[in-house]
Amino acid sequence: MRLMLARIGRWFDDRLQLARPIREAVEHPVPRKTASWFYVFGSAALVVFALQFVTGILLALVYVPSGAEAWSSLQALNNEVALGWFIRALHGWGSNFMVAIVLIHMVQVFLFGAFKFPRELTWIVGVFLLLMTLGMAFSGQVLRFDQDAYWGLGIGASIASRVPVIGPAAVELMLGGPIIAGATLSRFFALHVFVIPGLLIALVGLHLLMVLKLGINEWPMPGRVVRRATYLREYHALTKTDGAPFVPYAVWKDVFFAAAILLAVAACALVFGPFGPTGRPDPTIIQTTPKPDYFFLWLYALLSLLPPSLETPALLIGPVVVIGLLILLPFLSGEGEKSWRRRPIAVVTVLLVAVVLGTFTRMAEVAPWSPHMNAWSGDPIPDRMLKGSTALGRQGALVFQVKQCRNCHALGGTGGQRGPALDDVAVRLTQDQLIRQVIQGGGNMPAYGKNLSPAETTALVAFLMTLHPHGQAPARDAAQAEFVNKGPSAAPASASR
Amino acid sequence: MPGTMPDTPDTPARADSPDSPDETTLTRRGMLMKVGILVNGVVAAAIGVPIVAYLLSSLSRGRGGKYLSWVPLGPVGQFPEGETRLATFRNPLVMPTDGKTVDTACWVRRVEGDTFQVFAVNCMHLGCPVRWFPQSGLFMCPCHGGAYYRDGERASGPPERGLFVYPSKVKDGILTIQAGQLPTPGGAAAVARG
Repeated sequence: MRLMLARIGRWFDDRLQLARPIREAVEHPVPRKTASWFYVFGSAALVVFALQFVTGILLALVYVPSGAEAWSSLQALNNEVALGWFIRALHGWGSNFMVAIVLIHMVQVFLFGAFKFPRELTWIVGVFLLLMTLGMAFSGQVLRFDQDAYWGLGIGASIASRVPVIGPAAVELMLGGPIIAGATLSRFFALHVFVIPGLLIALVGLHLLMVLKLGINEWPMPGRVVRRATYLREYHALTKTDGAPFVPYAVWKDVFFAAAILLAVAACALVFGPFGPTGRPDPTIIQTTPKPDYFFLWLYALLSLLPPSLETPALLIGPVVVIGLLILLPFLSGEGEKSWRRRPIAVVTVLLVAVVLGTFTRMAEVAPWSPHMNAWSGDPIPDRMLKGSTALGRQGALVFQVKQCRNCHALGGTGGQRGPALDDVAVRLTQDQLIRQVIQGGGNMPAYGKNLSPAETTALVAFLMTLHPHGQAPARDAAQAEFVNKGPSAAPASASR
Repeated sequence: MPGTMPDTPDTPARADSPDSPDETTLTRRGMLMKVGILVNGVVAAAIGVPIVAYLLSSLSRGRGGKYLSWVPLGPVGQFPEGETRLATFRNPLVMPTDGKTVDTACWVRRVEGDTFQVFAVNCMHLGCPVRWFPQSGLFMCPCHGGAYYRDGERASGPPERGLFVYPSKVKDGILTIQAGQLPTPGGAAAVARG
């Protein structure tokens, strides 16, 4: 039997002639120290990519890329097709893991100096692989054709429209027509299923080929400096004196890590289930708060926090600069120290980027800049703030409630965070300043002059003047102190608790 | 089965071939090669032009006139004076696979009589749907906190401009607007902003 199999194998190999190159590839010597748990992320990304490939095909068996039916076909996958929910969950969680692992892989390669000579092109191809991974993540989110996908496309179109000159044309090309509709979904389907995966497979092949040809990056040692003239000889000598065949010496860690990652994806899929779909993609339903998927949340936060005048330049120039820097990196720093112990700027850069992205992501989860769209009806003014107040003050509290001030301002810890909390606003602003702020707006506050009668403004400010800590006097304008004490407008000030 | 196959087929060494003269002389093979490339170039162009035209067919070229047309929102009586109401309309261009996505919402403000302002629901920051709050007299956006006054002007937040206003007119007691294209901050449709 064995003999028979061996003969069949030899028959094929006589024609394919692949056995020897494959054996040479898997048994090529790698520096012993690279058999490390730090070196498993690249292969893990490949394994998750394979998982995405398979689950993607499985989903395509049921999914309908039509604006009219995509959402229902996802519902069918979730609820009617046996284990459809699990395949969707695997694909969705696989996507999250894919983005995360690719980023970790990139950070590891960066910190270990693996992008330096002669692996510059491997790094550059890797940058494009990262961009394509993000492209897959975004287009995949569109295929989950729900409310978030619909308005997410609107955000994409709004950004694209701001490109000078070609912006409007870019929007029409992106949407496949004048509005977000069936054609939009179809072209994102083509991108997600044919175009980007095809490019991914080609570039992953190239990336792997270069890893094989150039060898795995040796473990960086402080003081072992990369020089173009001598590196190849040194690396070759290292694999000779301190090398071991990749299979099986180093590969077992990759195998175990890949299994662990697949298990983690499956566990997440099992426990947390599939993502969405959220509401039907019906643009007439405007009671929705669109939010992007996890890995784009930082961008969502950034778009809120940038000053309006900086936003368009930052959106259009920022990506070009970042991608440009990533591509130029191996040329700017192609030689020298590889060890992160001798590259403090590299370490600080990674930490800075991680902290910034983490902070923005966290902020996007809280979204303090969004008005609470239902605060006006939900949260009454705390009783203690009305205790002992005048009739005018109470009238003002009513105005405060009815005019939905709490969409943006918190009182007693409830309400929006768009504007400052007003629990002690009377300490910060004088009566005149309050009146001006309410009527004219300013900072980030709209002007309410047209929307409040003089009587309402007077009452509202009277109420606001009572908002100061017990025993602490409200702010007043020293220049007008005498007038305030005598004048009729002193009434609200004396209404303090 | 005969033994192993040769690693490479027998090929004549090119350098020694009598057919490979120096670069200046024109040979029959060289000529045919060039003509072959030329023919392929012509064919590629002939196929490429319709492919590119197909890819670019969603472009409206110019001011979006191709996509825009007048659509009715309903009798003016539906919209009380001095108030702002949500209305819906069907996009003029409908494709078979569009489903519900061609149904669009807009905010109709009847200033007085036949004077209307019809706003796109799309925030001029990033296109999220703004909601009207009659009590505070503001349109507010749930995404990044953009706010607009009742007349559509920017009140606060990240938007750089006011809400997009559809061109509108009243004809035979029916309010109609010129629509058909997604309003975007830098979009062609925004050029028509009233």
